[in-house]
Amino acid sequence: MTKRRLRNIKESALKAFFFANGIIAILVLLGIFALLFFSAVPAFREIRLKEFFTSITWDPTSPVKAEYGILSMIVSTLLVTIGALVIALPIGLGVAAYLSDVAHWRVREIVKPIVEILAGIPSVVIGFLGIVLFSPFIAKVFGRSNGLNAINGSLLLAVMALPTIISISEDSLNAVPPAYSEASLALGGSRWQTLIRVKIPAALSGIIAAVMLGMGRAIGETMTVLMATGNARAFPHGLLDSVRTMTSNIAIELGEVPYYTPHYYALFAIGLVLFIMTFCVNLVADIFLKKYQEREL
Amino acid sequence: MFYEKFKKWIAIAELALALVFAPILIAQGRKMIQVKGSDTMINLVQILAEEYMNANPKATPIAVLGGGSGTGITALINSTCDIADHSRDFNVKEFNQAWERGVKPRVFAIAVDGLSIVVNEKNPLNRLTMDQVGAIYRGDVKNWRAFGGPAMPISLYGRQSNSGTYTFLQEHVLKNKNYSPDVKEMNGNAQIIEGVLADEAGVGYVGVGYVVDKATGKPMKGLKVLDISKDEKSEATSPMDKEAVDTGKYPIARALWQSTNGKPGSDVAAFIQFELGPEGQKIVEREGFYPLGAKYNEANAKNLK
Repeated sequence: MTKRRLRNIKESALKAFFFANGIIAILVLLGIFALLFFSAVPAFREIRLKEFFTSITWDPTSPVKAEYGILSMIVSTLLVTIGALVIALPIGLGVAAYLSDVAHWRVREIVKPIVEILAGIPSVVIGFLGIVLFSPFIAKVFGRSNGLNAINGSLLLAVMALPTIISISEDSLNAVPPAYSEASLALGGSRWQTLIRVKIPAALSGIIAAVMLGMGRAIGETMTVLMATGNARAFPHGLLDSVRTMTSNIAIELGEVPYYTPHYYALFAIGLVLFIMTFCVNLVADIFLKKYQEREL
Repeated sequence: MFYEKFKKWIAIAELALALVFAPILIAQGRKMIQVKGSDTMINLVQILAEEYMNANPKATPIAVLGGGSGTGITALINSTCDIADHSRDFNVKEFNQAWERGVKPRVFAIAVDGLSIVVNEKNPLNRLTMDQVGAIYRGDVKNWRAFGGPAMPISLYGRQSNSGTYTFLQEHVLKNKNYSPDVKEMNGNAQIIEGVLADEAGVGYVGVGYVVDKATGKPMKGLKVLDISKDEKSEATSPMDKEAVDTGKYPIARALWQSTNGKPGSDVAAFIQFELGPEGQKIVEREGFYPLGAKYNEANAKNLK
């Protein structure tokens, strides 16, 4: 066996190994989708699709009549998530602009890793903050008797989405070719004008991707919202109502549900809806990210 | 040739795997009594188990898990626990399921609980009738003003549907009607207490063992336990009044149950006997619940045989 042949074998073996790794990720994704899909389908033997998506009452253990409507939960999930983005976007963009344009490089070297550490805080800890810190604060500010509501969840999710938004926005602001800002400054634009009219529009696709990825994280987050939003099943009428998101509902009920009942399958159906929602959000994020990377070349 | 090169790494990997899995294998080899279920009972049963193991160091160790009565009963049906804790009775469906799988539950009462309705200390109300509690939790009455309290919207705290207390209240107080969708569903008794302590307009329901401050034997600071009466005419009593709970004057008293699959084996029976005996019942009382009366003792003795 010559050395070269040996190397060839090694080469192709490694290639196969990495190919297999790539395939595994896809297989896992397809597997999860298939599992969710086939566990969700039996739910619709007993629950009408229309009821499932348009009824606001979810009460599968009701002694009167079991009801399986998830509209309240979808609205709650969107309410909490969009609330989180409304809070996180200006702050995140501000921090990103500060880091990329204003901050001294030394400050940046310190602040950026700290922001990234924020992403590593366990969600249960953030949820705890929501109960002991944000809840009394929200109750006082809004004159309510308690602060276990959608806005509490939004605030906490905003904290959780910030690192993603800051990190990716800052990268995309930095990736704007220096020639752009130089041209703007040379034409007499102030630094503020340069940032707002030139750099941010140029980095827009990256910023949108950052927001979408942050949103993906917020939609799927479970523990934090479970702890902080009160989990009432009612249809939310505003950010100050107690809400139950789709993730919380699955977490609350899957542990105790009798197997192979409509209730059990319905929980998987909620999971499927959630999966499709996060998939779409991530897909959109990916498309924007791709656009911005392509332009780089 | 490759093997030679990677031999060292393979050996290290094997060692690491062995280190990771050995404790798991050892733990599985040792026999344990698994107790699972009611969240209202978990603290009580945990302490009972601890004291039992202290008193009998050679006895089979006991592991106590929560999850709610429904979870415990399901675990017994699926044979994944030895004892199920439950603060409500088996329902018909569960009973049928158990029989289908060859599980024949035997039920023991281990303590008596006065289901307590709690509000914040700042709430001036002192008593409610059963119907009023039902109306509050069904969502028929939405403001404390209706009962002569402050003009504040009632903020409801409750348990999740796997809770035996949730089911018990629904059957006995809500008259089998739906809960209001505005109930904030908390993850256990302690969280309800926390919620009501922080919420002037809050109301919650918990086992009596959770309202007592163990140091003083009085209700916890900041919390008010309401007196409950059967109807307008009868006298309202507190779940902390032992006599009222014993005589059934307190209208929402209930037994706390443990179930085994068929006649309990000797190690499980020994633990249950400890719980039912004088030592166990003393712990029950210390934890804020009530010891069993003659009626339950008789039934228990029959089930142990």
